[in-house]
Amino acid sequence: MKTSFTVNGSPFSIDLDPRVTLLDALRDHLNLTGSKKGCDHGQCGACTVLVDGRRINACLSLAVMHDGDEITTVEGLSEDGRSPLQSAFVRHDGMQCGYCTPGQLCSATAVFREIAEGWPSHVSETLDGPYALTREELAERMSGNICRCSCYPGINAAILETAEEDAGYAEAAE
Amino acid sequence: MTFDLKIDEPHPEHRADGLAQGVLEQDNDRPDGWLKVAGTATYAAEEQADDMLHGFLVRAPKIGAVSCPNVDDVRAMEGVRSVLRDPRMIRNAAQGTANEAPAQGVDRAAYVGQPVALVVAESFEQARHAAQALVVSVEEEDKPVQPDAVEPEKPEDKSTELGDLDRAMSEAAFTVDAVYTTPSMVSAAMEPHAATAHWDGETLTLRGSLQMLKFNRNELADSVGLDPKHVRVLAPYVGGGFGSKLGISADCVAAALAAMELKQPVRVVQHRRNVFEVNTRRSETRQHIRLAADTEGRLTGLGHEALVSNLPEEEFSEPVIQGSHFAYAASNRTLGMKVARIHRSAAGSVRAPGESVGVTAFEVAMDELAQAAGVDPVNLRLRNIPEKDPESGKPFSSHRLEAALRQGADAFGWSHRHAAPRQQREGEWWIGTGMAAAFRVNMVIEAEARISLTRDGATVMSDMTDIGTGSYAIFGQIAAELLGLPLDRIDAQLGDTRFPPGSGSGGSFGAASTGTAVWLAGMEIRKQIADRLGCSEAELTLKDGKATYANKRASLRDLLSDEPITGHGHVEPGEAAEKVRQATFGAHFAEVAVSDVTGEVCVRRMLGSFAAGRILNPRTATSQCHGGMTWGIGMALTEELTHDRRDGHAVNRDLAGYHLPVNADVPPLEVHFVEELDDWAGPMQAKGIGELGICGAGASILNAVYNACGARVRDMPATPDRVLAALPS
Ligand code: FES
Ligand code: FES
Repeated sequence: MKTSFTVNGSPFSIDLDPRVTLLDALRDHLNLTGSKKGCDHGQCGACTVLVDGRRINACLSLAVMHDGDEITTVEGLSEDGRSPLQSAFVRHDGMQCGYCTPGQLCSATAVFREIAEGWPSHVSETLDGPYALTREELAERMSGNICRCSCYPGINAAILETAEEDAGYAEAAE
Repeated sequence: MTFDLKIDEPHPEHRADGLAQGVLEQDNDRPDGWLKVAGTATYAAEEQADDMLHGFLVRAPKIGAVSCPNVDDVRAMEGVRSVLRDPRMIRNAAQGTANEAPAQGVDRAAYVGQPVALVVAESFEQARHAAQALVVSVEEEDKPVQPDAVEPEKPEDKSTELGDLDRAMSEAAFTVDAVYTTPSMVSAAMEPHAATAHWDGETLTLRGSLQMLKFNRNELADSVGLDPKHVRVLAPYVGGGFGSKLGISADCVAAALAAMELKQPVRVVQHRRNVFEVNTRRSETRQHIRLAADTEGRLTGLGHEALVSNLPEEEFSEPVIQGSHFAYAASNRTLGMKVARIHRSAAGSVRAPGESVGVTAFEVAMDELAQAAGVDPVNLRLRNIPEKDPESGKPFSSHRLEAALRQGADAFGWSHRHAAPRQQREGEWWIGTGMAAAFRVNMVIEAEARISLTRDGATVMSDMTDIGTGSYAIFGQIAAELLGLPLDRIDAQLGDTRFPPGSGSGGSFGAASTGTAVWLAGMEIRKQIADRLGCSEAELTLKDGKATYANKRASLRDLLSDEPITGHGHVEPGEAAEKVRQATFGAHFAEVAVSDVTGEVCVRRMLGSFAAGRILNPRTATSQCHGGMTWGIGMALTEELTHDRRDGHAVNRDLAGYHLPVNADVPPLEVHFVEELDDWAGPMQAKGIGELGICGAGASILNAVYNACGARVRDMPATPDRVLAALPS
């Protein structure tokens, strides 16, 4: 089936077996192997990408369902791989093996937006925001991204620091 | 030339302290971090080859004789290129350092989940579809799957009998006599085991997700019937291992066989549910612990007897009592192991085999003794530190448990604790604290590394892997320190059997073993530079690309010709292992809240204080400790691989059913390192840190649960139902 979507700003039009997941389309057909496959079942978050700015598990979604969508993967988070969030991950050692890292980065990017747009989480006290990116909110919102190396302290420090320091997220962190 | 070192003697010369560059022991970024955040670090399944085929493993649904009646129909399915049922396919992953093929064959399934076929097709989707269409019929055999269903083996060499424990128990002022159990657990690294195999008619090249390449190459060669010199294995980035990737895995052998048959590259990625079955699990354990103590809580007797299991033909048995041999003094000792041969999936090394579960159960028993004797748990440990190895009488190479306990207790604020349980409550939550000591044997494994120094900088080469442990960072630091170069002029190239054989990653020995080989290689280069300058190596100062001796000063660029200078280091374990008992020590502290209504346990904070010799990079070492401590949370509270009672199959074989700690489960973790230089650990005085953090971590949580609410849980994990059942009424 012919499917067209934009990935990291570039348009792609590919002919795909309808069984191909978005994750496999990215990894095997577009050679964007930054997104990882940890479980292929929506259980780990390693495959998290942004579709029209919202995070999804790319393994749980068929590529052909994304005709016309705008997809962002870890490769598209910054030009040089050194955005404030990416740099903070390196500084705080928010990774060991690095396999969950692309998913963590995409998820965190979406969390900033969810907070800014006032989306509640399981630990939010009210259903109508605004919300601050507290440690508790962050831990809850990032719990769909498993890190078996257990870099949660570094991951959280990197995200919170970015939320505080990067002007774009200032609102999120108040 | 090679600088060889056998570690026979202590190294009291602390050369690392006198070097000039000042990057060792510094808190440096891991250089591979930048590739990992950009998504450009390439793992085993990320190589793209145009004509690559995809393989999907098919598992046995029962134990017994296997046949595939519709194999011809499946071969005719769209895109299918082969249905491989090759007797060389392996039954389960090889054990660490096996160096030869594990049990092989596809005609008889020894456990549920054994791979019995590989379906190869042009696309992943076709392969998966065809694999699901393949009928696997099994003539069922009745095999024992419960550890208590068989008469266990009793390996003699693993037992100790000293004095008379029964008598010590009957004469003791205080005793503990209890049984503790831990369930099967799995490594569950985030990257599933995966392999991409190429065959050019002579050489097999395999990208795998593997920890110990020099062994893996031989295991693969032996499995498929090739001379190892025609096998090259690459694993530059590995998405976690934790023991599950020590030995060659089923995907690697199957991919290699398929590539050799079809003469095209073949990729095989284990499905997450295969990962839980085909690779070694941590055995369940049943541990009978006995403690006899005098009125002061000094141990007079100590018993630790454990039952574990494994498949027939597997040599490994979880060394549960490994830490108990040297942890505490007591003159009457009974330690022993039993191994039940049963048909669950193979058991093998998972992060800190032995002490992870053994120390954890033992440290809960110590807490019970502290409670019975009315002695503070920290003091109880302090009172029982042995002067020398309690069984062999050998001296310890270095023993910093006391410092770890005292510094940890201070930093945690232990003195504010309520000694009795059920003293602090916040709404429905009982609050409490607990502690445990940490013990882990330390070892060195033979390793080699090469450094090549050119005018532009240096390249470090070894087949050593970085499975998240920080090898790239640490080897860069060691080379930079010795050669007097800024870190950005060092390039570490790892994970390729074309490079000198390193130790591999496992057993916490990577940084100290292969790191020492890098150190020796650097020393050899220093010697050559010193010769050019006309001084001895020790008189030479190398810093920022400049060599200085007395009033002579030259830049490395000028000293070097177009020829690079190379150094080759080779380290081997020597008599040190015979002369002294060497280990790493630590202390864990935890604060928990336990719901009186649901039995839920929330860990509020954890602190670990660890002594592991010279800490080569505090940032990566801290991350390793975070990992171990978090695994302790999983072990204490959530992780359990459940086996079906009838056929032993792993019921919850995915990440939805097997509960790993997630972000919200992990509180702030504090890590402290105790100052230590262990002269017996080699020229860097550094020991392993990757596993110490898990040893006993779970016990600090379980002991905190007891302190909070009075529930003593001896069967791990302490799930809410177990906590509720153990709550005093
Ligand atoms: S790979 Fe998609 S959630 Fe695990
Ligand atoms: S860094 Fe290894 S799983 Fe997160």
